Amino acid sequence: MGLFDKIKKAFTGGNADVPEQQEETTEKYEAGLEKSRQTFGQKINALFANFRTVDEGFFDDLEEMLIESDVGYETALRISDELREEVKLKNVKRSDEVSQVIVEKLVDLYGEAGQDEDNALHFTDNGQPTVFLFVGVNGAGKTTTIGKLAHRYRQAGKKVLLAAGDTFRAGAIEQLQEWGRRVDVPVVASQPGGDPAAVVFDAVKTAQQEHYDILLVDTAGRLQNKVNLMNELEKIKRVIKRELPNAPQEVLLVLDASTGQNALSQAKQFNETTQVSGIVLTKLDGTARGGIVLAIRNELHIPVKLVGLGEKMDDLQDFNPTQFIYGLFKGLIDIPETTDDGTNTSEFKSDSENTQD
Amino acid sequence: MNLAFEGLTERLQNAIGKLRKKGKVTESDVREMMREVRLALLEADVNFTVVKDFVKQVRERAVGAEVLESLTPAQQIVKIVNDELTKTMGEAAVPLNKAPHIPTIIMMVGLQGAGKTTTAGKLANYLIKNEKARPLLIAADVYRPAAVDQLKTIGQQLNVPVFDMGTDHDPVEIVKQGMIQADLQKNDYVIIDTAGRLQIDEKLMTELADIEAEVQPNEILLTVDAMTGQAATEVAKGFNERLNITGVVLTKLDGDTRGGAALSIRAVTGKPIKFTGQGEKLDQLDVFYPDRMANRILGMGDMMSLIEKAQNDFDEKQAAAMAEKIKENSFDFNDFLDQMDQIQKMGPLDEIMKMIPGVANNPAMKNMNISPKEMDHIKAIVYSMTPAEREEPKILNASRKRRLAAGSGRPIQEVNRMIKQFDMSSKMMQQMSKGNMSGMEGLFGNGVQGKLGKMAMSSMARKQKKRKKKRLKNAKRFKS
Repeated sequence: MGLFDKIKKAFTGGNADVPEQQEETTEKYEAGLEKSRQTFGQKINALFANFRTVDEGFFDDLEEMLIESDVGYETALRISDELREEVKLKNVKRSDEVSQVIVEKLVDLYGEAGQDEDNALHFTDNGQPTVFLFVGVNGAGKTTTIGKLAHRYRQAGKKVLLAAGDTFRAGAIEQLQEWGRRVDVPVVASQPGGDPAAVVFDAVKTAQQEHYDILLVDTAGRLQNKVNLMNELEKIKRVIKRELPNAPQEVLLVLDASTGQNALSQAKQFNETTQVSGIVLTKLDGTARGGIVLAIRNELHIPVKLVGLGEKMDDLQDFNPTQFIYGLFKGLIDIPETTDDGTNTSEFKSDSENTQD
Repeated sequence: MNLAFEGLTERLQNAIGKLRKKGKVTESDVREMMREVRLALLEADVNFTVVKDFVKQVRERAVGAEVLESLTPAQQIVKIVNDELTKTMGEAAVPLNKAPHIPTIIMMVGLQGAGKTTTAGKLANYLIKNEKARPLLIAADVYRPAAVDQLKTIGQQLNVPVFDMGTDHDPVEIVKQGMIQADLQKNDYVIIDTAGRLQIDEKLMTELADIEAEVQPNEILLTVDAMTGQAATEVAKGFNERLNITGVVLTKLDGDTRGGAALSIRAVTGKPIKFTGQGEKLDQLDVFYPDRMANRILGMGDMMSLIEKAQNDFDEKQAAAMAEKIKENSFDFNDFLDQMDQIQKMGPLDEIMKMIPGVANNPAMKNMNISPKEMDHIKAIVYSMTPAEREEPKILNASRKRRLAAGSGRPIQEVNRMIKQFDMSSKMMQQMSKGNMSGMEGLFGNGVQGKLGKMAMSSMARKQKKRKKKRLKNAKRFKS
């Protein structure tokens, strides 16, 4: 069964894949993705408002829409090519049919690319502390993510330790310490400007000796093309590995969801130095178009594991691909009638008029 | 700015390069080229509508008879692309708005993690350096943990006062009180750091609007991460709807972003980009020049910025403190060290190189990674030399080299490599001091070309000589 069918079922209500206890999370996704969906939905609707016939112009528009959603040029091209085939094959002509085919294709493509994807976070089972290393560019939201995650595990009754590995940026240590106070979790820190690897070493030792369950390691934001800074990151990882051979259990790349195609370069370069095991997509509630999730899946095959859907402490959620796409396409699956979306369409039009001036 | 446009530059170069190979350019050649230009821009996250307009403009101008039938159609088209790029980014640099009476009030706004606080610090530093200003920073980010601490730390580093009231007060009130203090202290600039927020966050956007209403800033700078994708235009639009944005600061331009935001923002919002930030040091803020940026995007280098940088960073004091005796046409390790110091002062080497015409798009330079550490290693080796060795490089034998390796903590291979590099530099300097540029071509892989390039190189050689003269003078005085 394709992902599309699953989602369709979930959407129409008759589905076992979305059990009761997940209802609340689903709502969070829906609320958090409100904006992304509007953009995506508006775009698809606008596309069909101008729809006359399935011709080259239509596919050009489709391509543009996908690019505007940050799915990346390659992916956009691939999708529109495949759709061209599909539409020909199924010989669809009516706009609602075409729309259906498009959504179906998008959802299935998305499902396909993520087939063997493991979206779960991993922990040790041998009594040693579990170590998560957080990496990413400046301002992606590493420290905030750590704070939120610490809160989550603390609530779950785990013994959590934080390591302030960002000794470089002004106020970074204080920021993590403030989070530590808020969620009642100890922080291992040194003086600003100290060797981050040394801090991490101390933290690992403390975690081992005092039997912490989870150690979350913060690092300074760095642009992926700074060789010396990337080497520093490698060293930090090496230090962890030397003390705890199975650690870090997760190397999480924190990505700002409003990042464009540079996200791919970030993922690639960070992956080369630290073997990223998963992605945390932050600020997905705001400007995100969701497209980058598709791009990351298609081109990098690094699973998204956590998403930030808001400012509150518990707005950091495990990434659930089914729920994500459900949230993204809600309102598009099965109801593509243009009459229904008249308001949306005109809104979008005025938007694009603004764009041009 | 160095690496920022590399991907875009390369693709544009390829697209245009195809035209260059043709003697006669037809309309369909132009169409083909523009297709590739369009893709290149889209891949660089340039806003969709901007790309459309841009392509349309260039095509219209390029297919005109006077272009296609001219003797050098490819060059003409490059010029058109360059013109249009410049136009898209706003023609000329726009200076900061000033208040008629002090203080000039600058307010920083933007999304979370865009770099407002860092940029506030950089801006304070820029104003001090260039206008001998006495700025006051106001910490109005009461939401993000330790944001106030961050600004205070930056204030300490720059020796700039920071006004804060902790995190328990309303930002509007904080700004109000801060302004009173600025009046008392007669600060000529006030820079307000606000919390990052989404442009769709009603409550927080209202807060910004309240601050604006309260103090009527002369300048509201939207800070935008250069790596932002298509969302950049929406963000700019959202902020502009609620606030009277007067300009944009583009941050993190030193990443390998393709920098589409730089091209889109001006066109979409009509607001000028005033500064660009690249790097984490507080002096890494540059005025944005659309024309120079266009040159750089097209891989034509940016001699103007390079020359300015060299002038700024050239240490007059060091020169003034030195004296006589000339050992001119020799080049020893002291010169080598001096050369490296001068270059390092200008900024990261790979960044500098990208400003030299022809180097930016040189395939040989593509994989060039010069990390600041490497430079330091080379310097460590030179520092491990005796004065005699520095002046007389020829006496370096195997045993001396081993000592250098041990002294600097670098492997012997690196010492050897360094000496080889020195020999090359030495040869190059000697040639240049004779004004002979032949034989230099190979050095940058045909990179340094044209009159401008030659001018820059000989100016470099002249400066080098001058400094050496002065250093030797000083050395003598020191001895006597």
